[in-house]
Amino acid sequence: MNHPGWRRRRAAQREVSEDMAGNAASAAAGAHEAHHHAELSFWGKYIFPTDHKMIAMQYMFTGMALALVGGFMAYAFRMQLAFPGMEVPGYGLVSPRDYNALITNHGAIMIFWVAMPVLVAAFGNYLIPLMVGCDDMVFPKINRLSYQIFFVSSIVLIISFFVPGGGFGGAWTAYPPLSAVAKYSMTPLGSTLWLVAVALEFVAFLLGGINFVTTAMNSRAPGMNLYRVPIVVWFIVIASILFMASVGPLIAGAIMLFMDQVVGTHFFDPASGGDPILWQHLFWFFGHPEVYVVLLPAIGIVAEIITVFARKKLFAYKIVLYTAFATGILSFTVWAHHQFIAGVDPRMAHIFTITTLIISVPIAEMLFVYIATLYGGSISLTTPMLWALAFIAEFLIGGVTGIFLGASGADIYFHDTYFVLAHFHYTFFPIAIIGTFAGFTFWFPKMFGKHMNETLGKIHFWGTIIPFNFIFIPLFILGVAGDHRRIYNYMHFPELARPELQNLRVLATVALLVMLAFQFVFFYNLIVSLWKGRQAEKNPWKANTLEWTAPSPPPHGNFAELPQVYRGPYEYSVPGRGEDYWPQNVPS
Amino acid sequence: MRPIANTRTAAGLPTGRLAVWWVIASEIVIFGGLLASYVMHRLAHADWATQAANTNVVAGSFNTLVLLSSSLSAVLGHKAAEAGDGPRAARCLWLTMLGGLTFIVVKAFEWSAEIHHGFTITSNPFWSFYYTAAGLHAFHVIAGVVLMGFVAADARRGRELHRVELIGIYWHFVDIVWIFLFPLLYIAK
Repeated sequence: MNHPGWRRRRAAQREVSEDMAGNAASAAAGAHEAHHHAELSFWGKYIFPTDHKMIAMQYMFTGMALALVGGFMAYAFRMQLAFPGMEVPGYGLVSPRDYNALITNHGAIMIFWVAMPVLVAAFGNYLIPLMVGCDDMVFPKINRLSYQIFFVSSIVLIISFFVPGGGFGGAWTAYPPLSAVAKYSMTPLGSTLWLVAVALEFVAFLLGGINFVTTAMNSRAPGMNLYRVPIVVWFIVIASILFMASVGPLIAGAIMLFMDQVVGTHFFDPASGGDPILWQHLFWFFGHPEVYVVLLPAIGIVAEIITVFARKKLFAYKIVLYTAFATGILSFTVWAHHQFIAGVDPRMAHIFTITTLIISVPIAEMLFVYIATLYGGSISLTTPMLWALAFIAEFLIGGVTGIFLGASGADIYFHDTYFVLAHFHYTFFPIAIIGTFAGFTFWFPKMFGKHMNETLGKIHFWGTIIPFNFIFIPLFILGVAGDHRRIYNYMHFPELARPELQNLRVLATVALLVMLAFQFVFFYNLIVSLWKGRQAEKNPWKANTLEWTAPSPPPHGNFAELPQVYRGPYEYSVPGRGEDYWPQNVPS
Repeated sequence: MRPIANTRTAAGLPTGRLAVWWVIASEIVIFGGLLASYVMHRLAHADWATQAANTNVVAGSFNTLVLLSSSLSAVLGHKAAEAGDGPRAARCLWLTMLGGLTFIVVKAFEWSAEIHHGFTITSNPFWSFYYTAAGLHAFHVIAGVVLMGFVAADARRGRELHRVELIGIYWHFVDIVWIFLFPLLYIAK
């Protein structure tokens, strides 16, 4: 096989393809389109694509599928809490061990396998090249690798539920010694596979993040200076950088935890000179910036939507941008507010209280900026706009309740109660669910060239938002009343088994059932719209940013002619101009 | 096929170099987290010094010398690549790879001796950190050698010469990590 003639032919072929690459780089965009693609096979197009849009869809639908898994877990353990000892339809009896594995993996899935892939990876992949006006990511193959690693991580996670001993049940924060010592966790295989899955997921997002940052830095269209980059792109880039800068210590921690589990070291074992609090520091040094890693893309999506549907310029673009930088930097200084009851020196607790209260300022400022953007606008309440407005309203509740938990004095009482749980669901639900639906319904016409049904969209919206509040407001009350988190059966505690408290638990569970039921409306709408939805034109919302100048859906290579940028992304209702929008690529 | 995106340099740096710097940024925090954990523990446990006294400073010093010298040939390789001399760049990279392999071989003997004397990864937290940190670093050395093999194979045929610089930047980073590890693990008493 290796004779010289064969080699020469291979080399010659390679030179030709190199040459084409060179040409493609230098040729005008139109010409490039022509020889870009011989038709890709099914496998090349859908299974192993390098096209950023297809990879975005892979991330999006994998994330949505795992959201269903996470939602199903919530259903099973909420049923156990409301009706202890009941055979849960579709699940069966929830044993204490199952319960622990369910809550652990619900948390891990919703953050690492839903919020991250959908908000950062799917929207980042889809939007960055389109919005900065280029044809793909700078490293398409690394992009593909990123998804493949993510996919493997999802498989490893799902396998971890079914190994002997069951899935890991030591909470998504994986505090040692519970997570480190199989004797305590009783899930020798489950906890190791879980850790491996999380580590693989980190690798996937590091690869993706480097791609995002490099693409946004280097591949912007001519004329797109840094102040003309749409806010959502900026925010995804800042989120990627935050992720890169914060996840390192946790990767180090994960290596140490893995060694503790598998090799038998004692990094986190106090009996042998280790320190379990070290894990908490490493975890939350990542864990708190992670909140902003998922928040920033969601709040960026909201910025795009409210400017379009209020037909107004974003209030104070530069301030919003600097606020995001400030948030990012501050987010590295607040982690120990998760450890106020872990024996942190009270003097340190004061410092972390102050930094935590400070970080609420830039976030509050962003919400005020959005309200100022809405003020006096000609608002149209489309489905994406409803989701965006709901984000502002619901996230506000999450933010305000966070103040209580950031202050060490109050947190010592609230810590590990349902108050904390309700608080972070009021932040994460707007981020991961409301933000996703906002972005998905907004860019749906671009992604698939079809419109979604507005009526069904609104039914789904109200059917999600109203039950959401009925789930978590009772949980705030239960938390204040003394419900501790991660309890299998409150009937074992006489002071918590009172009927008025149990009724609240039942209310929350029933609301969850209603909310889950309404998700079928979304999937029905999705399928019907994909199948026979109204055809969408290039720019159905009359928006300014570059993705709307590409065809719907954009072909491989995105733009027939690569755009040139003349102005910022939010020039709506400019006085003296006939139309109320002014796309970035239209010369003045 | 390469996208147009790959050829733009709106930030003023070639895309590959920019990406390598971001890779290094993300690696710095990984080693940073591990070393910060180690230093905090070390400060709290003065008794670890008696364990650290058992490390082989001579082997460590020799490895430091080897690794630092291997960076020189990486720089010479970059210079050759800049001049368009692919075969020469490849030879320089092979020399660097040889340095990396020497480092690993010395390390293997060193570890074998230590394990033989009963200083295993589980015998004391110091040794846990020692093997974990040096092991993570050795993994990076091996990865660097493998990648460098691919880059050298291309460079020999005069292809993708810009990658010689990129792998060189990464190799310097691996060196610098060792410069932190060596005093912290071997010398600090």
